[in-house]
Amino acid sequence: MTKEERIYLFPLWLRIWHGINALGILILIITGISMQYSTAGFVILDFKTTIKLHNIAGIIVSIIYLMFFVGNIVSSNGFFYHFRIKGTSNRMLKQVKYYLCCFFKIEKPPYPVSEKRKFNPLQKFSYIGVMYFIVPFVIASGMALLFPEIIIEEIYSVSGIMLTAVLHGIAGFIIFIFLIVHIYIASIGESPMKNFKSMITGWH
Amino acid sequence: MLAQTRGILLLTLFLFAQFPLRSQITPEENNTCLKCHSAHSYSIYNEWTEQDQKRLMNPYYILDTMLLKAGVHHTFKCIDCHAYDYSTYPHNGDLKLEPMMTCIDCHGGDETYASYQFERIEEEFQKSIHFEKHSETFTCTKCHSQHYYKPTTRTSTNINEIVEFSNNMCLSCHNSNIDYQLISEETSPKLIEVHSWLPNQNLHFQRVRCIECHTEVHDTLLVSHHILPKAQATKNCIECHSTNSKLQASLYKYRNLVARSEDNNIISNEYYVIGAYRNKTLNYILLLILAGTLSGIIFHIACRTFRKK
Ligand code: HEC
Ligand code: HEC
Ligand code: HEC
Ligand code: HEC
Ligand code: HEC
Ligand code: HEC
Ligand code: HEC
Ligand code: HEM
Repeated sequence: MTKEERIYLFPLWLRIWHGINALGILILIITGISMQYSTAGFVILDFKTTIKLHNIAGIIVSIIYLMFFVGNIVSSNGFFYHFRIKGTSNRMLKQVKYYLCCFFKIEKPPYPVSEKRKFNPLQKFSYIGVMYFIVPFVIASGMALLFPEIIIEEIYSVSGIMLTAVLHGIAGFIIFIFLIVHIYIASIGESPMKNFKSMITGWH
Repeated sequence: MLAQTRGILLLTLFLFAQFPLRSQITPEENNTCLKCHSAHSYSIYNEWTEQDQKRLMNPYYILDTMLLKAGVHHTFKCIDCHAYDYSTYPHNGDLKLEPMMTCIDCHGGDETYASYQFERIEEEFQKSIHFEKHSETFTCTKCHSQHYYKPTTRTSTNINEIVEFSNNMCLSCHNSNIDYQLISEETSPKLIEVHSWLPNQNLHFQRVRCIECHTEVHDTLLVSHHILPKAQATKNCIECHSTNSKLQASLYKYRNLVARSEDNNIISNEYYVIGAYRNKTLNYILLLILAGTLSGIIFHIACRTFRKK
């Protein structure tokens, strides 16, 4: 793509959301891991500070999530998240194939970025999955752990709180994996830094 | 003269009006009872010899005034619970048969103490092995002295103190045949022998409550009162040592609620469901996925560098 074909892909509000969200989630992941694996003898971060940080970051990410959610309803950015079920798997397969082999043969990407298509099918799938299923779930379960009285006491004799805590952790872990792949995929564009610069300037 | 009478009247009224204000401290009247009931000996005036005489007090009837002051019922007069007739000595022999009020007689259905869930505790207690076998003699009072009781799990932040307080309730009877045999014909089984399968038994008895192994625990009740028959006691080390689950959960919830009611600040809630993730299998699966992802990426990077050549 040449300079003249630059497209304005990421509106300002989205970039602000993304920046705060990325920072918040990074803190959540670090503190979350620290809480999970600290033992009496091995503490990554001071326990009380860790929990406090985790709580604050969680609340910020929850509030800022509303910004993303509402933003995608009122602005045209939501358009990129519309989903046609028919043919989805084929389209995703095509993209996977591209990442796995065609990519190395320097073929053109099958779904290049355009004004109408910001995401390739895989991106779309993972962004929708993370932003409309996993993140809301993490937020809801996190809120439940802050207010444990709303949790069902027992589910088939397993403590509801314990179950919520475990599911919260698993969902957090999925976001962690998403993040790793997300950053890696973002770095394999035309040049390693290109996508990151787009996310800061807004222009692709 | 009239002014004087009025003065006395006013003074009496004044004293009566004062009474509710003083209700936070231990009532003065109790000293007349405690004069005898807080020491090893007491004196009585012998009308036959016309002399004061010192006698030994039955050691089981000596009350600890410090513990009385710390107890939840310290504002009570002795004769609120005991018959007024105790005011005279020698006490009337019939008084021995006086029926005493139980916790539920006063606290049952009382909204003020709803957070303690007295009715639910009673329900659970009535399912316990103690009540099942000895429903006539086993009452709340066997574990909770009405004189001294002070909820500890709820008020203390020191786990060791909570454990000690709770375990002493059980040990005071299970390690003392005097109390035990008020209830049962047999002698109490030696706890050390009964629990010999437990390594470092001393440490366990200091760090975990008896009820942790001997009751069914619920999230919604702070202290489970449903003591199970011995066959159902937990021998399962994993329950505590890896995925310590239900206990943690009930304590977590309770602490969270208290922390919040104290400073209205959920952020500073510093309790955490420890052990939720100490599940080995789950950890291995997560680690495997992480390793898979990372090696996938490394492989991809390798292929890319290969392509560039
Ligand atoms: C002069 C000393 C003295 C005073 C004052 C006294 N007691 Fe006692 N009390 C005793 C002694 C001694 C016993 C042991 C049993 C006995 O001798 O009757 C006793 C026994 C008791 C018992 C146990 C009865 C039983 O056998 O189950 C109770 C309850 C009791 N006292 C309550 C009180 C109360 C309440 C007061 C104050 C209103 C009080 N006593 C004042 C000396 C005293
Ligand atoms: C909240 C009610 C309550 C108050 C207040 C109370 N008692 Fe008691 N007391 C009891 C009960 C219940 C028992 C029977 C304990 C049992 O059955 O094991 C008892 C038993 C006793 C006994 C017999 C010894 C024992 O422990 O069984 C003595 C002595 C006694 N009380 C003295 C006092 C004195 C003195 C006071 C005032 C300082 C007092 N009590 C205040 C409820 C009360
Ligand atoms: C004679 C009636 C009576 C009996 C019997 C009685 N209580 Fe109480 N209890 C009270 C009253 C009244 C208060 C409030 C005292 C105050 O606020 O000074 C109270 C306070 C308490 C509190 C403190 C509540 C709070 O949050 O401040 C606890 C806990 C408690 N009782 C437990 C028990 C237990 C356990 C028993 C049985 C072993 C028992 N009570 C027996 C009347 C009674
Ligand atoms: C076998 C012993 C035992 C018996 C019997 C027993 N309890 Fe308890 N109870 C305990 C222990 C142990 C605790 C925990 C220590 C603490 O926090 O006070 C406790 C705690 C409590 C608490 C405080 C719970 C809270 O939420 O802070 C109340 C209230 C209570 N018991 C009421 C009762 C009543 C009412 C009965 C009779 C129906 C009863 N208990 C019978 C052992 C017993
Ligand atoms: C680590 C778990 C654990 C702890 C802690 C524990 N127990 Fe036990 N206890 C058991 C088990 C399991 C049994 C059944 C043993 C058997 O049948 O071989 C048992 C048996 C008993 C028995 C029945 C004895 C008999 O043979 O009739 C009593 C009484 C008892 N425990 C009291 C206590 C008291 C009191 C404490 C606290 C000081 C306590 N236990 C702490 C697990 C525990
Ligand atoms: C006032 C005395 C007393 C107190 C306090 C007491 N117990 Fe007991 N307990 C008994 C007696 C008596 C038995 C024997 C019942 C029987 O088999 O007849 C017993 C039996 C047991 C058993 C064995 C049940 C079985 O299956 O044989 C266990 C377990 C037990 N108690 C645990 C506890 C725990 C835990 C506590 C403290 C929370 C406690 N006890 C407090 C008197 C007491
Ligand atoms: C009710 C919960 C509970 C159960 C059940 C339990 N433990 Fe423990 N165990 C503890 C606690 C709490 C400690 C004290 C940890 C500390 O303070 O370092 C402990 C300590 C120990 C220790 C001593 C570690 C040291 O530092 O010396 C050993 C060994 C141990 N447990 C083995 C077992 C075995 C084996 C079993 C099953 C037979 C078992 N435990 C069952 C809670 C439990
Ligand atoms: C430090 C961490 C992060 C970096 C460096 C980063 C980087 C980027 C970049 C470069 C893009 C541009 C588009 C692309 O290449 O896909 C992007 C888009 C996006 N990122 Fe991130 N990201 C991070 C964290 C996160 C997190 C934690 C989430 C969600 C939980 C997230 C969700 C998204 C979404 C939904 C988009 C698409 C936004 C849109 O255009 O509508 N990102 N990110």
